[in-house]
Amino acid sequence: MRTPQFVLSLLFVVAGALWLRSSAGAEIPATPTTAQGLAAWEQVYSVLTSPRCINCHTATNYPQQGDDRHRHVANVVRGPEGKGVPGLNCAGCHQETNADSTGVPGGHNWHLAPLSMRWQDINDRALSSSAVCRAVTDRSKNNNLDGPGLLKHHEEEPLVKWAWNPGHRPDGSMRTPPPMTHEEFVAATRRWVDAGTPCPTR
Amino acid sequence: MATYQLNVNGQRREVNVDPSTPLLWVLREDLKMTGTKFGCGISACGACTIHVGGIATRSCIVPISHIGDRPIVTIEGIAQDSVGQAVQNAWVERDVVQCGYCQSGQIMSAVALLQSTTKPTDQNIEESMGGNLCRCGTYPRIREAIKTAAMQLAKGGE
Repeated sequence: MRTPQFVLSLLFVVAGALWLRSSAGAEIPATPTTAQGLAAWEQVYSVLTSPRCINCHTATNYPQQGDDRHRHVANVVRGPEGKGVPGLNCAGCHQETNADSTGVPGGHNWHLAPLSMRWQDINDRALSSSAVCRAVTDRSKNNNLDGPGLLKHHEEEPLVKWAWNPGHRPDGSMRTPPPMTHEEFVAATRRWVDAGTPCPTR
Repeated sequence: MATYQLNVNGQRREVNVDPSTPLLWVLREDLKMTGTKFGCGISACGACTIHVGGIATRSCIVPISHIGDRPIVTIEGIAQDSVGQAVQNAWVERDVVQCGYCQSGQIMSAVALLQSTTKPTDQNIEESMGGNLCRCGTYPRIREAIKTAAMQLAKGGE
């Protein structure tokens, strides 16, 4: 016969092991696999190549506008710092916030992404998932951002967040946001970063 | 309606308007400053160009609620600036104006260019003035006048 003390001790040991296992599972999620990371990247890519994002990640000397990604009106040009030129600066129209009464979008530090972060070719066609991923993860091109830096950029950068608050068009209708919520975009970026920012091979 | 305190050409002006009103209409209708023109209403022609906080701005699409305390300079006040004076003199010297409707916007953009670029190239002029349209086709004379103003400023405005 086993003593009651022995049975009680055994119960404590089993309960403790179960508690440790459950708490460990809650605090330290499993690292996403490469396959899961690649799947998450494709979600990120779908946002980056949506008009609200890619219109200012051009390979040309001008930004685009609209869901059809046509050339920006008024002969706007990139300028040396991606903010237009004297007499025709981005800030000459785009204010700190959207101007819904006139249909002009706005956000802090409105500017074009540098050419190193172009996500289209010179014929305005979006680059492949693999090419965009390589550019985004190349620290010589991406302002020296590592994985956590990319996640922070997607989570906090005002112009990134603007894509989910793009304001009204001049006709009063709402601009089309990216194909998922900002929370989903950040979660996908986190999974991709946690998986080691894998890129498709082709 | 809301009340706004504006700094226009160095003078304090108070207006009581709807916050969504474009600055152009505040200038023209409330302050009776009609030198700034309405052209397209969608920032595509440049006729309404003024300076807000030192930046050439399309007043037809910027609501008054977005201006804040930034100083506003219009064509009526641009001659207070040495570059503005030089540009207006060059415009007269080169006889730039034909019908004149777009010219206040042209001058405001030209001043913005020369305030940051003392010796503009043809490319600088084309890029900075590319958003200002002129149906009379005075572009060659505008280019000449900008270069004339630049030379005058380089000589110290003599």
